[in-house]
Amino acid sequence: MELHKLTLKQAAEFSKANPQNAKELFNALKARAKAIDSKVKAYLSLIEKEPSFETKGILAGVPISIKDNICIEGCETTCGSKILKGYVPPYDATVIKKLKAAGAFIVGKCNMDEFAFGSSNESSAFGPVHNPWDLTRVPGGSSGGSAASVAADEAIAALGSDTGGSIRQPASFCSAVGIKPTYGRVSRYGLVAFGSSLDQIGPITKTVEDAAILLGVIAGHDPHDSTSANLPVPDYTKSLVKDVKGLKIGLPKEYFVKGLDPDVEQAVRKAVKIYQDLGAKIVEISLPHTSYAVHIYYIVATAEASSNLGRFDGVRYGFRAQSSNLSDMYLKTRDEGFGAEAKRRILLGTFVLSAGYYDAYYLRGLKARTLLKQDFEKAFEQVDLILSPTAPTPPFKLGEKVDDPISMYLSDIYTISANLAGVPAISIPGGFSKELLPIGIQLMAKPFAEETIFRAAYAFEQATDFHKKKPTL
Amino acid sequence: MAEEFNIDALAALSRIRLEPAEKAKLAKDLEKILGYVKELAALDTKNVEPTTHALPLENVFRPDEVKPSKVRDQVLDHAPKREGSFFKVPKVIEREE
Repeated sequence: MELHKLTLKQAAEFSKANPQNAKELFNALKARAKAIDSKVKAYLSLIEKEPSFETKGILAGVPISIKDNICIEGCETTCGSKILKGYVPPYDATVIKKLKAAGAFIVGKCNMDEFAFGSSNESSAFGPVHNPWDLTRVPGGSSGGSAASVAADEAIAALGSDTGGSIRQPASFCSAVGIKPTYGRVSRYGLVAFGSSLDQIGPITKTVEDAAILLGVIAGHDPHDSTSANLPVPDYTKSLVKDVKGLKIGLPKEYFVKGLDPDVEQAVRKAVKIYQDLGAKIVEISLPHTSYAVHIYYIVATAEASSNLGRFDGVRYGFRAQSSNLSDMYLKTRDEGFGAEAKRRILLGTFVLSAGYYDAYYLRGLKARTLLKQDFEKAFEQVDLILSPTAPTPPFKLGEKVDDPISMYLSDIYTISANLAGVPAISIPGGFSKELLPIGIQLMAKPFAEETIFRAAYAFEQATDFHKKKPTL
Repeated sequence: MAEEFNIDALAALSRIRLEPAEKAKLAKDLEKILGYVKELAALDTKNVEPTTHALPLENVFRPDEVKPSKVRDQVLDHAPKREGSFFKVPKVIEREE
């Protein structure tokens, strides 16, 4: 048996059978990464020291990979940035505590766009990740390392974070399952903040079942995160039934417009047909403010990012540039420590918040966000789920969009709204383009209706075999 | 657009020094992005309440209790420079020559 190919569910069963098996699994994944990661570059670091393998818990002896913006005690956390090089957190993020309490162990830290700013993983200070399906293409971003490691069987399952699509878009580009939970569903304590009103941590996995298991482990209220919701966590695996009869699925007419790749559109239309055949009811809906989503996002997200990144000043952690006085130290540290995209977003966020422009940009953005959120509230009075493409195109070439920030930002056009509205959304494998590149299908539901998402995602997965296809490396 | 922002003032507000070549490129990028974002002005937002959070969140309180924390030394340990129980930084005020 090739152990690196196991799903999370299978790995849990394998490790439970014999305590020695977890160690074998750990070594198998390290060997797999050693063999192929020089090509994929999904990992920034692998755990060298053998972890202690738990025998109790639903994830006993299961290896998980972690995006490098989530803190693990004693383990370097760089956020893909030079400015955090050498930062070793003195504590575990809540999601890490929960994983460990469930018996899981950590195998490595996954590459990412610098501070999660990007849709291609090319803004990482440590070099881009390569898409396992075609090494000349991007894996998506910003959780590109997490998605690529799962797709390339270098990880059993991974955690990513999603501020505007950073779990779903790379899942789509790599043919993995990725879910952004409802805002407040998962604690962000120990996640390096990017856009605090948008960020969520979520699983990237090989199957829908794995995502349901993993989300069940990491979700829940946390006194350390005042934005985490104080609501019980359902057993998501109970939603894994092959039955969508009676579910109403909405198709937003504003999503099928210019810019949507014909292969992607075809995959979505095929998904619609599959759901119809399974007994779901398809309804055309309208989300009238869709064309403003990217505008709103690049005001709100950069404003929040510029505030959150104020803390990187060379005083308390990470990198400090040599200088003779304090003000110079700030200026030089932030110049040498941040990459181009981080600077772009800090400057833009500072601008939209600055005196004289606040009302015209930031406040207008927040008001427009209300309108966009109301679109979703109205839609969910009509339907249980919204089906759409995850990304407008299959994975693009490395370097293709680096010099054109707006075209890069537009690759998140279908994912951004879920963050602005706070609703949960999943990307599942939805087929392949003519060039055999992965295409993802997105399902969105109302806040805290992850169970409906899992039910529909599972039914689709079981009716298709896209998730069984693997890249050849 | 160009008259709307001053890249030097913005860089100073953001506490980032920018090399001349990078500054020119970033100014051009920002001009483009702001030009795009500005399309939002077409949307009527009169009488619309701003949304700062996706969910209706209320202030969360907890009792103000002292709890043991062992992290102080660990936190100071990974500072670029420390002295005793303090973060150490370069001179703040320079003497006039």
